[in-house]
Amino acid sequence: MSNEKISYPEGADFYSALRARYRTAAIWLSIFLGSLLIAIIALTALIFNVIDGAFGYIAYEYKNPPTEFTSTPVNELTKEELLTVLKDNLSSGAYKKLDWEKPMESRTQADLLELFLERLVRIDTKGTWKMTESLLNGAEIRAEVAEKYPDAILEFRSWLTPQFLVSPMSSRAEFAGVRTAILGSLWLVGIAILFALPVGTGAAIYLQEYAPKNWFTRVIQTNINNLAGVPSIVYGMLGLALFVRVMEQFTSGAMFGVTDSNGRTVLSAGLTMGILVLPLIIINAQEAIKAVPDSLRQAAFGVGATRWQTIWHHVLPNALPGILTGSILALSRALGETAPLIVVGASTFISVDPDSPFSKFTALPIQIYQWTTRAQSEFHAIAASAIIVLLVLLLSLNATAILLRNRFQRRW
Amino acid sequence: MKPPAEAQNFRHFDLKKKFRISESIIQALLFLAGILSIFTTLAIVYELGKEALLFFNIPDVTLGKFLGTTKWQPGIGQYGIWALVSATLVTSAIAMLISLPLGLASAIYLSEYASPKMRSILKPILEILAGIPTVVYGYFALLFITPILKSFLGDNIQVYNMLSAGLVMGIMILPLISSMSEDALSAVPRSLREGAYAMGATKLETSLQIVLPAALSGIGAAIIIGISRAVGETMIVAVAAGSGPNFSFNPLEAAETMTGHIARISGGDLSYNSIDYTSLFAIALMLFLVTLILNLISQWVVNKFREQYE
Repeated sequence: MSNEKISYPEGADFYSALRARYRTAAIWLSIFLGSLLIAIIALTALIFNVIDGAFGYIAYEYKNPPTEFTSTPVNELTKEELLTVLKDNLSSGAYKKLDWEKPMESRTQADLLELFLERLVRIDTKGTWKMTESLLNGAEIRAEVAEKYPDAILEFRSWLTPQFLVSPMSSRAEFAGVRTAILGSLWLVGIAILFALPVGTGAAIYLQEYAPKNWFTRVIQTNINNLAGVPSIVYGMLGLALFVRVMEQFTSGAMFGVTDSNGRTVLSAGLTMGILVLPLIIINAQEAIKAVPDSLRQAAFGVGATRWQTIWHHVLPNALPGILTGSILALSRALGETAPLIVVGASTFISVDPDSPFSKFTALPIQIYQWTTRAQSEFHAIAASAIIVLLVLLLSLNATAILLRNRFQRRW
Repeated sequence: MKPPAEAQNFRHFDLKKKFRISESIIQALLFLAGILSIFTTLAIVYELGKEALLFFNIPDVTLGKFLGTTKWQPGIGQYGIWALVSATLVTSAIAMLISLPLGLASAIYLSEYASPKMRSILKPILEILAGIPTVVYGYFALLFITPILKSFLGDNIQVYNMLSAGLVMGIMILPLISSMSEDALSAVPRSLREGAYAMGATKLETSLQIVLPAALSGIGAAIIIGISRAVGETMIVAVAAGSGPNFSFNPLEAAETMTGHIARISGGDLSYNSIDYTSLFAIALMLFLVTLILNLISQWVVNKFREQYE
């Protein structure tokens, strides 16, 4: 120890030192607040960017003016007129193919109108603008379009329309929709949860209620925590090797007499997703089971219930809200996960709805990825619309989880 | 000798646990569910290892070439993994440079300064940020951040670049660092803070010199988990960082990370047993091992350096 006498400031010196300390404190506080502000700004910018992309001006020309096909104005065409126009002008092969995908007579007027515009009139997009550009520089855009493309029609378009939700894929951004992708995502998440919920809950029950406290249990627990941190693309590689290749007989449906597919099915992807969310579900379910007080179990044992009776009649009902909340959160993770699907082999272009576990499929995040990486700006616009659809789905799932938690949460 | 009369009226009770077949079946099923996670890990190691071995068994591929050269083109006999590792390092480093200070500062504010009302507003915002799918972040990086960077840097920066991907990845990891650090800070007992106040420390001095060091193990774990997340992140880099291996540490250039490479190559039509196919498994195995080691270190840090208060 040193013998130096430490001198502390006194009097006026003390107060000036104190003021300096308070100044530092104020500066740091603004730094702390500032970093939170940056996070908030980033979130706002992201949401703004997406909405900005989903609406705006589009300039397009008709390759073949509608008047070549019919004298009725486009907006007033009836279903019957559209049917005859399509039948007369499409090549018979193309018409038959469309009819095979979905009988023409059973399609709606909006569907037919879209086909008419897509196949016969052939819209040719000259340019698209984002919402803010369209609103702020509307006059300049109009002038530019009028000069460059005198024949073009300029209109303010919402890319996110009811039609966008129910249309299948198309190679033209103007007519593409997310129906196939939404259905694919639903199949995927459904299969994942059917697999992961029972298995995950079972594992949690085993670990909380049965497992002896020994090294083996600790290994299982550590392993589960580690699996939760494995990058999702590694699960994709596992799915590719295990479900797509090794178990091809099962996942392609060849075992069940399905002949027209390979292992890259919605079943393979769903199982991969199930394995991926399993650790999340186990950890959440464990927390929920842990929160059930021991007195409940002891009371059940006291009146002579067996271990399983205690769990089934007392522990599980009380832990159920927690388990379900955790599962919904796992679901929303599965819904937004993209990388494993790319690896397992989601089809990028598919316009037929998935109708069995052995179907080829695409999913919402896959479509977003595909459209974002296209060069043309009209694809970015539909990517933005698809993002809005995805975010709304996720938000409603999470809101359900929170409501569930608040409604059923019990404090002991 | 005859037992007393009243004792004969009792039926004999066996107090041993009765064997019930259904209970045993249920327990066995639950046990299977419990050890499925072990099988998952084994399956990952086995499947990835098997294919990776096929890759390393090719006479042309040596470990020296794999770890010692910087060109990655398995199709024409170039197997230098560093071409991909460099991009992973650059994007992860940028992401950590963003997320670590911002996440830690947010955590200190939320845990030490914010009133309960502020917390109830700010926490959900961070949770929303954490819940946004990474492909959406990719869209944001490519179509929002990159144009902004381009308006500042002009032609110095390529359309696809590691900087924009890294920045957005930092935003993505921020909530993770922030919430894990906040948990660690909140776990520091009140008595420590009150002791500091009693000595005349300001709130800032208490937070930075007393609470922060006491929570260091938890924060260290958060940082390691953050790095592991950055290394494994796929979609942001696949969309915004570029497609094509490029051994470069210049964040303004386009380059492909390990994850981005797997995503791009496996997205195409890939024939089994081709060198492209097996090489992906070698990369994935490396990725798995790196993140596994990082996760194990983080758990070790927490257990080893945790300050125990009662």
